[in-house]
Amino acid sequence: MGQTTVTHDSHAAHEHDHHEQSFIMKYFFSTDHKIIGLQYMFTGMFMAIVGGYFAYAFRMQLAFPGMEVPLYGTVGPGEYNMLITNHGSIMIFWVAMPVLIAAFGNILIPLMIGCDDMVFPRLNRLSYQIFLLSVVVLFMSFFVQGGGFGGAWTSYPPLSAVAEYNLTDWGASLWLIAVALEFVAFLIGGINFVTTSMNARAPGMRMTDIPMVVWMIVLASIMFMASVGPLIAGSIMLLMDQRIGTTFFVPSGGGDPILWQHLFWFFGHPEVYVVLLPALGIVAEIMTTFARKKLFGYKTILYTTFATGGLAFVVWAHHQFIAGIDPRMANIFLVTTLLISIPIAEILFSYIATLYGGSIEFRTPMLWALGFLITFLLGGVTGIYLGSSALDIYFHDSYFVIAHFHYTFFPIAIIGMFAGLYHWYPKMFGRMMDETLGKIHFWGTIIPFNGIFLPLFLVGMAGQHRRIYNFQHFPDLATADLQGIRVFATVSMVTMLLFQFVFAYNFFVSMFKGEKAPANPWKSNTLEWTVPSPPPHGNFAELPVVYRGPYEYSVPGNKEDYWPQNMPDRN
Amino acid sequence: MILLVAPEIPANSNAERRQLVSSSIFATVILIMTEVMFFAALISAYMIIRSGSEEWPPWGQPRLPVFATALNSLALLASAFCLHQSVKVFSSQALRSKQLLALTIALGTVFVSVQGYEWVQLISFGLTITSSTYGGVFYLIIGAHGLHVIGGLLALLACLKRLNSTSQQLTIDNLRAAQIFWYFVVGVWPVLYTLVYLL
Repeated sequence: MGQTTVTHDSHAAHEHDHHEQSFIMKYFFSTDHKIIGLQYMFTGMFMAIVGGYFAYAFRMQLAFPGMEVPLYGTVGPGEYNMLITNHGSIMIFWVAMPVLIAAFGNILIPLMIGCDDMVFPRLNRLSYQIFLLSVVVLFMSFFVQGGGFGGAWTSYPPLSAVAEYNLTDWGASLWLIAVALEFVAFLIGGINFVTTSMNARAPGMRMTDIPMVVWMIVLASIMFMASVGPLIAGSIMLLMDQRIGTTFFVPSGGGDPILWQHLFWFFGHPEVYVVLLPALGIVAEIMTTFARKKLFGYKTILYTTFATGGLAFVVWAHHQFIAGIDPRMANIFLVTTLLISIPIAEILFSYIATLYGGSIEFRTPMLWALGFLITFLLGGVTGIYLGSSALDIYFHDSYFVIAHFHYTFFPIAIIGMFAGLYHWYPKMFGRMMDETLGKIHFWGTIIPFNGIFLPLFLVGMAGQHRRIYNFQHFPDLATADLQGIRVFATVSMVTMLLFQFVFAYNFFVSMFKGEKAPANPWKSNTLEWTVPSPPPHGNFAELPVVYRGPYEYSVPGNKEDYWPQNMPDRN
Repeated sequence: MILLVAPEIPANSNAERRQLVSSSIFATVILIMTEVMFFAALISAYMIIRSGSEEWPPWGQPRLPVFATALNSLALLASAFCLHQSVKVFSSQALRSKQLLALTIALGTVFVSVQGYEWVQLISFGLTITSSTYGGVFYLIIGAHGLHVIGGLLALLACLKRLNSTSQQLTIDNLRAAQIFWYFVVGVWPVLYTLVYLL
């Protein structure tokens, strides 16, 4: 289907381009990679609002049990389960994945490697349409008899497999179908990303001239596609258990519930790195631009990422240390889990070395990038505690785990997303965002974020179990001290949510009223900054030729401190 | 209105792609990586469920038709051979290539039809998807493979259709992509047959 499809598609698109397209045709059925990227981004941001709203509702219930939550109502036990389940699934599958991989991947890959569009534009559109369908199915699951699924985002059977246990007969199935559809969407998108990055690079761009964020998105896509097969198989089996009455995961019928855990976590752990890598890539682009320095150890980072990708496939059982797996097997997974912190630490050290001696400019994107480094570091360090199988017996399913993975996922999904948004906003919308509001938003997010999750480490160490909707029922956990910490975390959370209005205002007002952005506002090297902001359909008036790597900043002998990749002579 | 696509600047059509390997082949290979992992999961699920049960096949459940399926497998293997020949003579002998492609599709259809007939009989003997985990994994794995055969057949049919059409010419890369997928479908079958029928 390859070559012919491409030419046909681009012909068709260009013919349409000359007469004015209707709004619907242009923004809903476009095959242009930038439009599809924006569709993913807006859908992801909308889902972030839903996920944040759910978190608000259950955090209020934890801090003030039984209270009627403003803008929500009372949260009962079943509803609490539904809220935490869907908060988790939405934030990972419908926020982190679409924004970090699909949105930034779609917008950046063709622009950064210097081509006019994806290799398979129609597959790209199909990918978004399936993704949108998955969103619709997920929303349907909230409104069926019994309400949305409440068996946690990990969906362990037999709870998730038998309707008499989870009490959400159709909610559970629709949730599962939504997740499966979302996987199909990213499978199609990922094939496109990898093929495009390998096959459509501008002349002269060698493998090691590809900007790090493109590499990271490509590697994340490959990891996603290599790990998702088992979970698709598992989802089909679980769906059959729910709807047809098979007993693959139901012990009473001869099935094995631990099998699901293996299939789920074989995907679930690489998934962490799937979303981490694009965020690391975004941070690399921003740090080199605002430190005016070459990326320290491009090849080291690249090979280290390969190592991470390989190791990520052999750590999954550290999620199952107390599921009754053989302790000898637990030992193996302990070793691999601790091993994987080495390549990640190496990448972070390379980033710090990139900053060392640079002329750092604290613009908003740079603040977010540095915020990523610092908060992610805490997440990584606490992971070492959880990775050791002995400590995990105590920490498992406690708030320590919650705090740990929010210290990894929040920097990835939220801080990484904002870093990328502030950095590429001028390119995406052709206007600059307000710096002051951006900085207020940064501090108003990063300080309350630590206010939420640092205390949760403490309650976790005090033994507070997750998935309990009202701690007043447990005398050991209902003490005034612990309740005070919970209230503090919730207040921090509400504060953080309120500061997001600053972002919303800045985002939408700048889109129409912001200062017009030049083609290269940050004086950056990569190819997307050589085209007008916003880029025209087809991106490049003349396809660029690449002469050097993407991070040639402050090169001695040049008049300017940046040296665009497509500039033949000294700058 | 925010104009992300400014129409006044002439767009670059027919952009030259410097392909490492043909994009359609590349994409198919990546898809097959996912498929391999998918079947690996089904196989491991089969082995785990089987090792957890006391008697396999469980008492009272019918045995699988080992010999008839072996014969049927020959049809599938022969189809891969035909496709190999078809691709080989694609540029030199167009008519022969087309005939061989049609033969490939015919053999694939025979395989799926005989499998379907086998299922009808097994169901009448009392092996259903809910009769035991034995029935469950059997229909799951063989069904997943059957769907892949049907998918592969559809891809080959699309190739055949484009061979006949004048507006959309079939390129060798398109056919190769379909060929790779078909080889995967044929190649995974002996593994599944050995696992589910023989062991």
